[in-house]
Formats: sequence, C-alpha cells, structure tokens
Amino acid sequence: MSIGANVPPETPEEAAETGTMAARFALKQRAGGLVVPVLTGVLAFLIGGLVVLATGHNPLAAYRDIFNGAGLNWIFHPTTNIASTSAYNLSQTLLQTTTLILCGLAVAFAFRCGMFNIGGQGQYFVGLYVANWLGFDFAYMRPLPHILIAVGGATLAGAAWAGIAGFLKATVGAHEVISTIMLNWIAIWVGEWLFGDGGPLQNVANRSVPISNDVASSAQLPTFWGVPGLQGLDVGFFVAIAALVVFWLILNRTTLGFEVRAVGFSPEAAAYGGISVKKNLIRAMAISGAFAGLAGGLDMLGYLYHFGVSDIPASSVGFLGIAVALLGRNTAVGTAIGALLFGALLFGTTHGLSSNVIQPELAGNLTYMIQGLVVLFVGADVLILYVWNTRRKLRPRTKPTTAGAAT
Amino acid sequence: MTPTTARFDNPVSGWLRNPAATGYSGLVLGVLAAFLGIPPIQTRTVTGPIIVGVVAIAFGIWTVTRGRRRLGLGAVVTGLIGIGLGVLATRSGVGNLNAVFNASLIAQTFAFGTPLVFGAIAGMFSERSGVVNIGLEGMMLMGAFWGVYGADKGGTWVLGLVVGMAAGGLLALVYAYFAIHLRADQIVGGTAVNFLALGITGYFFFQLYNGNYVSEGVSTIPNVRIPGIASLHFLGPAIGDLNLMVWVSFVLVIVSYIVLFKTPIGLRIRACGEHPRAADTVGINVYAVRYGAVVLSGLLASAGGVYLSDGFGGGTFTDNMTEGRGFIALAAMIFGNWRPAGAFAAAILFGFSSAVALRLQVYSASASTLFNVLPYVLTLIAVAGVIGRTVPPAADGKPYQKQ
Repeated sequence: MSIGANVPPETPEEAAETGTMAARFALKQRAGGLVVPVLTGVLAFLIGGLVVLATGHNPLAAYRDIFNGAGLNWIFHPTTNIASTSAYNLSQTLLQTTTLILCGLAVAFAFRCGMFNIGGQGQYFVGLYVANWLGFDFAYMRPLPHILIAVGGATLAGAAWAGIAGFLKATVGAHEVISTIMLNWIAIWVGEWLFGDGGPLQNVANRSVPISNDVASSAQLPTFWGVPGLQGLDVGFFVAIAALVVFWLILNRTTLGFEVRAVGFSPEAAAYGGISVKKNLIRAMAISGAFAGLAGGLDMLGYLYHFGVSDIPASSVGFLGIAVALLGRNTAVGTAIGALLFGALLFGTTHGLSSNVIQPELAGNLTYMIQGLVVLFVGADVLILYVWNTRRKLRPRTKPTTAGAAT
Repeated sequence: MTPTTARFDNPVSGWLRNPAATGYSGLVLGVLAAFLGIPPIQTRTVTGPIIVGVVAIAFGIWTVTRGRRRLGLGAVVTGLIGIGLGVLATRSGVGNLNAVFNASLIAQTFAFGTPLVFGAIAGMFSERSGVVNIGLEGMMLMGAFWGVYGADKGGTWVLGLVVGMAAGGLLALVYAYFAIHLRADQIVGGTAVNFLALGITGYFFFQLYNGNYVSEGVSTIPNVRIPGIASLHFLGPAIGDLNLMVWVSFVLVIVSYIVLFKTPIGLRIRACGEHPRAADTVGINVYAVRYGAVVLSGLLASAGGVYLSDGFGGGTFTDNMTEGRGFIALAAMIFGNWRPAGAFAAAILFGFSSAVALRLQVYSASASTLFNVLPYVLTLIAVAGVIGRTVPPAADGKPYQKQ
C-alpha cells in the first residue's frame, strides 16, 4: 500500500486517502461540476441564517447589510470615486480577495498532488516576516529591485517552510497534515518572538511596543485605487490574478503539472509510469508554500507595512484558504470565485459592516460558522449530491451512495 | 543480559554489556547532567554537569558501536544538551533559578498539562477506532465556553461540566456522522469542526455575554486540598492543592489504559482502528464502535475545555480561549504513540514546557516566547522518526464501507 517504490509503506492511510480523493474529484465532475459548490454555499448561508434568526436577528436584513458592507452594492452604481462608501468597501474586499486567492491556491495546488496543505497560515506568516525584514532593511535600494527582492524572499521563504513538510513526507513518510500543523505553530511563536519585546524585528523607535518596523517606502507596492498609505488597493491584486493564470498553466500545460496531477490521482500508477513520486511531493508542497508566502509578502508590502504580536492570532487568511480552495474545487476559476466570496465575507462582516440588525462582532463569527459549514459540506459531497438528487427526484434515492462507493 | 561466559557471569557487567540498558542509562544521565544545575541540587560548579554529561556521551557512543544507533545517538545528544543546560544553570543567578524551579512549578505543570491530557486521551480513543480527530481544538473550545455558560446559568460547576461536555459531545456527534456515515475526508471534516466551534462559541459569547468576561462569582471547579500534605514543605505547594480535574485526569489515564487494553470494548475499538473489515466479519458493529469512540472523544476533549475555563481560568471565557491547546494535545497523542501512558507523559512534558516558558520571563521575554515552540519542534522531530518511529493505527483516517 505504499505510495511509490521509494516511500516507506508507513502510512497506508495516505494511499486510501489519495485514492478516494481522485474518486471524489471524478464524482464532482460528473455532477456537472457546479452543483456541489453552489449547493454547499447555499446550505451554509441557509444554516448560518437560521442561527441568526434563532438569536433574534433578521437574517435577510443581516445578509443585505453584509452585502453592502462588502461593497458589492457597488455594481448598482459603479464609480471610481473612493470617497463613495461602496467603492471604498469594494476596494477593501478586493484587498482581502487578493490574499485569499493566493492562500486558496496554496491549498489547491497541494490538493492536486493528493496532499492537504493545512499549513497555509504558517507559510503566509513566514512570507510576511521575511518581507518585513527585507522591506525594512536595504532601504537604500531603488524601488523596483527592492520590491522584487522582498517579494521574492517572501515567496522563497513560504516555499521553504512548506518544503519542510514535503521533504519529511517524501523521505520518512511523515503525514503532511501533522507536520504542517506543527509548522504553523512554530511560525506563530517565532513571529511573537521576532516582533515581541527584545525581538530582532521589533521596531527601533519604541522598544516597549511589540510591533515591527514599517517597511521602507522604496519597498511599498504602488496603489492604483484608493489612498496610498490608507489601505488603498495595490498592484498585488494583479499579481494574484497572474498567479491564477500561472497556477492553471503549470497544472495544465507543463510536464511538471502533469506529473503533479498524476501523483495526485494515483501515486502507484504515477510511479509505475516512471514519475518520481518523492520529487513531486516535495515540488508540489514547495510551490504551494510559494503561493502562501507570496500572499504574505504582498500583504506586507501592499498595505500592512508593519505587523505586531497582537495581529498574529487575529489573522486567519491561511485557514480561510482551505475553504476557498475546497469551494473552488481546487481549480483556478473556482478559487477566484471562492476568494471573492470569502473576501467579501471577511470585510463585509467586520470593518465594512454598519448595521443595526447585526453587530460586527456577531457577523464576524458568522463568517467562521459559514466557513466551517462550507468545509464540512464540501468534505461530504455525498450528502450534497444526495440532497440534490432527492430534490430533483430524477434518480433513485440510493444512487448517490453507490456513486460514493467507488472508493 | 545473557551471561553465556563465566567471565561476565556477574549482574553488573552483564547489565553493562546490554546496549539497550546502557543507552537508556545514557539518556537518564544526560537529563541528570542538566538536573544537577537546578534546585534542589543546584551545584554551582561546572564540574558535576560536565562529568555526568561526558559519561552519558560515552554510554551513548558505546551503544552506537553495539548496533543501537538511534538510541545511542539519542543519549549522545541528550548528554550534550545536558552539559549545555547544566553549565548554563551554574552561570545564572541563584535568585532567578529559584524563581523558575520551585515546588509550584510542579503544580503549574499539572495545571497546564491537564487540558492536554484530556485532549490527548480523547484523540487517542477516536484514532484507535480509526477516525482521525483534527477537531480536538474545536471540541475543547466548545467545552470551554458552554462549560462556563452552564456553571453560570446552572449555578454549579457540576452543571457546567455537564453542559460543556454535552456541547463537545454534540459537535463530535455531527463530526462522527460526516466522517463515518457520509465517509467525508476526516482531515477536512475535522478542520471544519474547528472553524465551526470558533464561530459558534464566538457568536454566542457575544450574543449572551456581549463579549465581556463572564460575570463574577461563577461556580468554579474546586481544588482538592489534601489535609496531611498541603502543609508540608515541598509537597504542599507541589501537589497539596491541585484542581479536582487534575486528579480526574490521573484516574482517566489509568482507566483508559484498562479499558483500551484489558477489556473486550477496548479490543473492539482497536480492532476497528487496525482492520475494520476483519472486525466486521467477526460481528463487531464498526459504525457503532466508531460513533461511540468519536463521541467519547468529544466528551473528554470538552471536559478538558471546561477545566480550562472553569477550573484553570477561574470561571472566565475569552474568544478562542484554547489557543491551539487542542493541537498540542494532538501532538501529545502522536508523541505518545497513541498509547495512554505515552500520551499522558507527552502531555505533562508539554505542560512542563509551557510552565517553564512562562517562568523564563525572569531571564528574558524573548527566550520565554521562543521556548513555546518546543512541543511543536519535538513533535515534528517525532513524526520525522528521528527518535523512534510513531506508528498510527493501521486504518486511522480511512472511512469504512459496509458490505
């Protein structure tokens, strides 16, 4: 039951897991591709709405306010004038979307190689730290090389961080879920150390505040919509869009992508076909981490500029990436849509929300609930298809169960 | 020890010729080298730690030459670290040493370790039955919030424990349905459980308490003051006044060992985790056993959560209160190789490292913060197989399909 000839037959669970993953993927494609994610989203919002209703708030009004808080009402009266509330909110939503696209790709790429990268948060943090360090140092550089060095460093750091998990899986068979969870927590504590009292990246101006230095102005990304320095939308947005294209190109138009997908579908078959499973596990994990590290780098240089100890536990974009990728069926287009949805939720339920129906504190937690429900339902596509088929009454009721049995 | 020749027909030299015994002695000596420098022994010269450490390294090298490479290298590394820590301790101030290493460190170790013990044992039951439980963190968080809620509204900590455990058990039941009946990917499902718990507890914390600390005067889980011991010099502050749940956790470890390895129920749980098809063939209801184990897992993890908020926390709750303790518990379970005693030892070790980390602030805030990575680094090393391989149950994480 080992995956590939070179990998120790230590974890038979992996073989089963990857086996079912391919089967599941086929199942989703068969169902028309769109059914599972759309129904998942609808169900999650429905149940979230029920909780809102049960606690004495009007769910429709709450969702409307969140919609407006995310600036999605901008489409009814589009304007580039950032003074308009909807335009400002939309720019902030897109800022979150930028991050979530990359964090989603970090999960999706590993998934296509049959691995679950739960460590996007840690890889994102590592990218953030390195970008802050490189962005603060080298302040004598000209903007373009400075930005390239800082972004490149962040990307490489994320790749290296995830690469540890890939390397451990390929060489000693350590399960990537366990190692990426551990790497997440190591990254979190290292960050608290770096920016904390007496830490090496703590700001030089005020040693009593556990916050990093601001990155130099030469390393800050240009803003194209909004006020620079006041969280305007930066060019990182286009980098994220480009990353989606790169993701699609790598997977579908290169040998590397073919090998990664082959290992994801069936490591045994891939090994039999002469593909090195070990090499691809490490490569896929490193590329995954590169996306998350890039997200951290762009956030730091694009609008955060500094990071503090108290910001660390507040950040959950790496984990949101899991929901984004799963909802987007680990494809480029799906990830983009999932990232927009969760980006809107992330901003629309917190800072953007002005509502007398539901407080931002409640709505923010509603986001977590919806995120949890989405991940829960996507993981159980059998249920979703069951609901779908029962509703349509087109097939016998047992059909989805037998389809799921193709494991 | 097989004294085959007359020359070594002597228990001491026979023991010395046994590489395993020598290797483990090296490990113990390595720890001793560090221990010499701290209270109560607290030697102030570097000679002691160095001599003991060198002996540990020598034992390790000898063990390596006798074929037990991994064990021997372990002893060598422990010896080196022991010398380093021992010398460091002799160089640091007596006042600081006494502030870090005193009797209440033991009490604090148990206080930090207990939620991890509950979580690790909880995870062990679930995984022994073949269901991976990444959702420990979420179940613990449910216990933490609803436990305080129950104690507050019900007026007694007993009700808090009941309500908290019920909430965790309920979440575990939902997870069990998805993982067992719907055969959802267990890692994905467990991740979902963590998000859900974060959302549910945060939402209701704000809805019911406006996000503030829970009102004063909540009935909390009491400490057990042992009359004879509480007034003693060292043992008193160490174990004389521990929380009730700490003692419960000790009992839990023993009971779970007996249940898992000495009863038919335990055999069934392990059978479902190792080879569910075979278990099914001999008439064991795999689904029922797995449901039971996962729900039990939820009950135990949330009991750890209730202790966190209503015992250790003194009746308060804060957003995301568990702060990754569920994941440390998961790590402890893996580090303890899916066994009750191992999980307990690892949980207490991680609790110890948290307690030491907190106290290292007398030296430097930086060192104190950085020390917190220890459990995660150790677990990473453990899953990498550097110090003996960890072996999960064979069917861990595999959904079972009835035929």
